[in-house]
Amino acid sequence: MNPEMIPQLIVFIIFGTVSIIGAIAVISFRHPIYSALSLIVTFFSQAGLFVLLGAHFVAAVQVIVYAGAIMVLFLFVIMLLNLGTLSARGALTGKIKGVAIILGILLAVEGIYIAVRALNNTKVGSAEASMEPVTTEYIGTLLFSKYLLPFEVTSLILLAALIGVIVLVKRDKQTEN
Amino acid sequence: MEINVLEQIIIPIIKILFIAHLLIIGVMAMIWSERRVSGWIQDRLGPNRVGPQGLLQPIADGIKFLFKEDLIPNHVDKPLYVLAPAMLLIPAMLTIAVVPFGDSITISGLENPILLQVADINIGILFILAITSLGVYGVVIGAWASNNKYSLLGGLRSSAQMISYELTLGLAIIGVLMLSESLSLREIASQQGAYPWRWNFLIHFPAFLAFTTAMFAETNRLPFDLAEAEQELVAGYHTEYSSMKFAIFFMAEYMNMIVGSAVVVTLFLGGWHFFGLEAMGGPILSGVISFAIFFIKTGIFLFVFIWVRWTLPRFRYDQLMNFGWKFLLPVALTSIVVTGTLWVVVKENQLLWIGIGNTVAAFIVVSIVAGMLSIDNNTKTAAEDTTAAPLRSEILTIETVE
Repeated sequence: MNPEMIPQLIVFIIFGTVSIIGAIAVISFRHPIYSALSLIVTFFSQAGLFVLLGAHFVAAVQVIVYAGAIMVLFLFVIMLLNLGTLSARGALTGKIKGVAIILGILLAVEGIYIAVRALNNTKVGSAEASMEPVTTEYIGTLLFSKYLLPFEVTSLILLAALIGVIVLVKRDKQTEN
Repeated sequence: MEINVLEQIIIPIIKILFIAHLLIIGVMAMIWSERRVSGWIQDRLGPNRVGPQGLLQPIADGIKFLFKEDLIPNHVDKPLYVLAPAMLLIPAMLTIAVVPFGDSITISGLENPILLQVADINIGILFILAITSLGVYGVVIGAWASNNKYSLLGGLRSSAQMISYELTLGLAIIGVLMLSESLSLREIASQQGAYPWRWNFLIHFPAFLAFTTAMFAETNRLPFDLAEAEQELVAGYHTEYSSMKFAIFFMAEYMNMIVGSAVVVTLFLGGWHFFGLEAMGGPILSGVISFAIFFIKTGIFLFVFIWVRWTLPRFRYDQLMNFGWKFLLPVALTSIVVTGTLWVVVKENQLLWIGIGNTVAAFIVVSIVAGMLSIDNNTKTAAEDTTAAPLRSEILTIETVE
């Protein structure tokens, strides 16, 4: 193995382990606040993995959007609803349990399929070629040339959602008055 | 490829230790200067007993905090209660890593000049935005774990405020990024050149004001310190904290102030440049001078922080939200549109026209928003006068006057 890769391997192992532990913690904690915090840990270590892949911009956006913005809203909702600790049993009963098992098996099959495919398709050494950091300029150029249509459509969808939210909130206020 | 131990391991470690310690010493200096400058502004002495001019006061404070009983109330959520101060302190310390605190030092014998910066990464400013956005967790978690309604109210106020002003913080710098065509802080600083009239604070004057204001809000400083409004919330999100844990909340606040000032100096005030002074001296001395210039600029900006604290009274909460969403955000958005348009349209004296255009456009936008708000308030007052209780309409009239 290339000795230059050893520091990266160490960092990869650290971030990978933390993100797996965080993901397990999300579903094992009984208290929603702890689960949400574990999810933030997972997001953050995934950003670290993106940095290892040379995708600095994606890493920063991952932290800004997911860890910084979305999870704050999650925490807000959990705190304001004042959800208590889930009891060890009773959360998964009856029909929900069956659905959960089926969905879990489906997810596991998907995961294994992706992992096997990725293993078969990845050539050894191609990872090193992608270590060169992708600049923000490059991403910007791609977004406004090759992926212009998806990019614009996404922004339109977001705009629609934004307007929808404003309309809903305004209507509530009018009926109150 | 063999690893050059000196250049790739030892020098970065020295840089990290230097800047981390500078930050901690900076916090102590801020504690001292905040109290002394406050004293000076209020025409009193301030602490001057411990050491010459009271310089050892922060150490005395630190020792006092360390030896106080580390009290953990029974009703708190213990793991998160202990974790929260660290969650606030660590993001505050991390952001300094990408700030260039000087030009570079060239030492003969080394392959590359030593950049006075821990990490010159491609996404510098995004890194700062990302890490500062994590700081809000320390406040929210600390507030929630305290299991106290005043703490929770303070935490919610603080986080709502930080999320609102983060938008302005991010949008205000887009104009700067457009002109410098880079996200790297070193690149942005070095492009501004030696002379103040080429610095970004003149070219993007409204964005500079919006960014600075948003930064005051991000650091929870007056006039935006509603999270710790003593009259309403006892002490805010750190009501239940005592001894060193309480002190860590304030260390984080001071660190955020220092890093924030350093970022403003880098983005808008020319970084380490000052009339070409930084280019004088030899390869080593010029690096030291550039660091000194950066240090002094940051120090002056930190003085402004303290100065503002004793000049402006605290906002009311609705004023805070109105100000953030209805004034700062439109100003930041306008600066993006105007900078982009003028950048494409005007070819001669580009920077001058962008500077003028930005200021004029921001003035127009602020006038329009202010006009719309006063119309809105007037109609509200007129409508309420007939139906609502007199007290309510009285409050609204006061709002209109303001």
